[in-house]
Amino acid sequence: MECMPREQLRAFQDSRLRDVVRRVYESVPFYRRKMQERGLTPNDIHGVDDIELLPFTEKQDLRDHYPFGMFAVPISEIVRVHASSGTTGKPTVVGYTSGDIDRWTELMARSMYCAGVAKGDIVQVAYGYGLFTGGLGAHYGAERVGAVVVPISGGNTTRQLMLLQDFGATALCCTPSYALNLAEALEHDGVTETKLKVGIFGAEPWTEGMREKIENMLHINALNIYGLSEVMGPGVSMECMMKNGMHIWEDHFLPEIIGPDDKGLPYGSQGDLTFTTLSKHGMPLLRYRTHDLCTLTDELCACGRTHVRMGRIMGRTDDMLIIRGVNVFPSQIEHALLQVAGVEPQYQIMVDRENLLDTMEIHVELSPENMSDTVRELEALERRIANSVAAHALVSAKIKLCQPGSLPRSEGKAKRVIDNRKL
Amino acid sequence: MFVKQISVFLENRAGSLAGVTRLLGKNSFDLMSLSIADTTDFGILRGIVADVKGAQALLTEAGYSVKVSDVLCVSVPDHPGALAGVLSILSDHGIGMEYLYSFFRSHGDHALIIIRVDKPEEGMKALAQAGIRMLSQEDLQSV
Repeated sequence: MECMPREQLRAFQDSRLRDVVRRVYESVPFYRRKMQERGLTPNDIHGVDDIELLPFTEKQDLRDHYPFGMFAVPISEIVRVHASSGTTGKPTVVGYTSGDIDRWTELMARSMYCAGVAKGDIVQVAYGYGLFTGGLGAHYGAERVGAVVVPISGGNTTRQLMLLQDFGATALCCTPSYALNLAEALEHDGVTETKLKVGIFGAEPWTEGMREKIENMLHINALNIYGLSEVMGPGVSMECMMKNGMHIWEDHFLPEIIGPDDKGLPYGSQGDLTFTTLSKHGMPLLRYRTHDLCTLTDELCACGRTHVRMGRIMGRTDDMLIIRGVNVFPSQIEHALLQVAGVEPQYQIMVDRENLLDTMEIHVELSPENMSDTVRELEALERRIANSVAAHALVSAKIKLCQPGSLPRSEGKAKRVIDNRKL
Repeated sequence: MFVKQISVFLENRAGSLAGVTRLLGKNSFDLMSLSIADTTDFGILRGIVADVKGAQALLTEAGYSVKVSDVLCVSVPDHPGALAGVLSILSDHGIGMEYLYSFFRSHGDHALIIIRVDKPEEGMKALAQAGIRMLSQEDLQSV
């Protein structure tokens, strides 16, 4: 499948696209309405060439149909849900049929195989397990190729290092910044050799410089993996050993690059990466705007795979931040602040990277209502705010109270985020 | 009886304390007593002025977060052990102390101590019963 000639692949996509369009038209009121507004019926979509006729899907659409309104099958057919952070209080929910889980597992297995992971390997999965797709996605894929899975989940570096050495993991799955963190901790402990040979790193943007550093420190191949829960989870695309972009598994996902005028751009142009899911049944999406900025190329890869490759994510077309692998929108932070009595939405988010890990500090103006003469009460206020942010945006942040009126204001869109990370 | 204390939120950066004191000075507010609580990120200026309402209006107008709270202003004999006596009355009654600081000026041969307790009413009663003299806001005019 991965080396299928492109004409054949296209014919396969044409047929799958017709099928998914028919399914969403029949089962998802949102899509039927959108298509009707454009005077479209499933019969108008003959194949990939007609893709631009179809409506886009935005994260906001998923939010508007929270929690299950975008599902294309009855809830009894769903066997799993995952969720990612929404733009405000409510998360974005995705549902999988058992067939979807099987296809996801297959694609993660394909991605693992792409990185040379097979039976006999030991895979330490240090992505978080839970509503986040990283942990379970990598877990199922590694099991499918027959590797030993160490489902340690994220965090607890001391334990990670102990098991890494004791179990002799040959592959590591985590965010690239956490991989660097582990590498430095190993170096600090004076460990110069591990059994690791490959790392499958994703869930946040990184650079060639970081790749070089991780590879040199851990003596491994560090490969980039991409995915997002709305589209499936990790394994939407994966880098091969050529390390020259991530192959998008086009038999399941139809990628487009969309320009600022909402028009499709040719290969090589930078724009908003957009996916149509071709094989999902639980929650298929038409032209879902990821708002990740990147380029695509269809040049044949030296590995022999014919599927198009996407370059590194160069940024976002919206204001989403990725903090230690967690997607965070300033609007979520604002929502979290407003949950705390007396806190006004005057804030600024400072993002930095210390000791290779992302840090977030939120400056919040202290309202007269919350003023106290004791340090104890003001520190309790900071804790209440931090807890609200952790609960609503799933990210830990340091809170710094500021004098009223001290944070910059501007007409319309205030400068809410200062990102000092150098990637 | 209580006196009114004014507290002002200060960010930890150069010049923020100078700014507040300059503003009060320029408008002829006399800080009779002053203490600063500081953490790594912020500070709280606490002080006693005769005209609390005026100072509050001035500082609020200038954009500061301000709070006025009731504190005890205790007159203690100016000799070793006198303060300890006052504090043990409070602790004997199970009254916790948030902070205390002293006045710049003395009151006859007595020192003036500002005490902020967690239960102000009970604290005041306990001290009054023990015969400890406390000043009211009006008394401050004569200090």
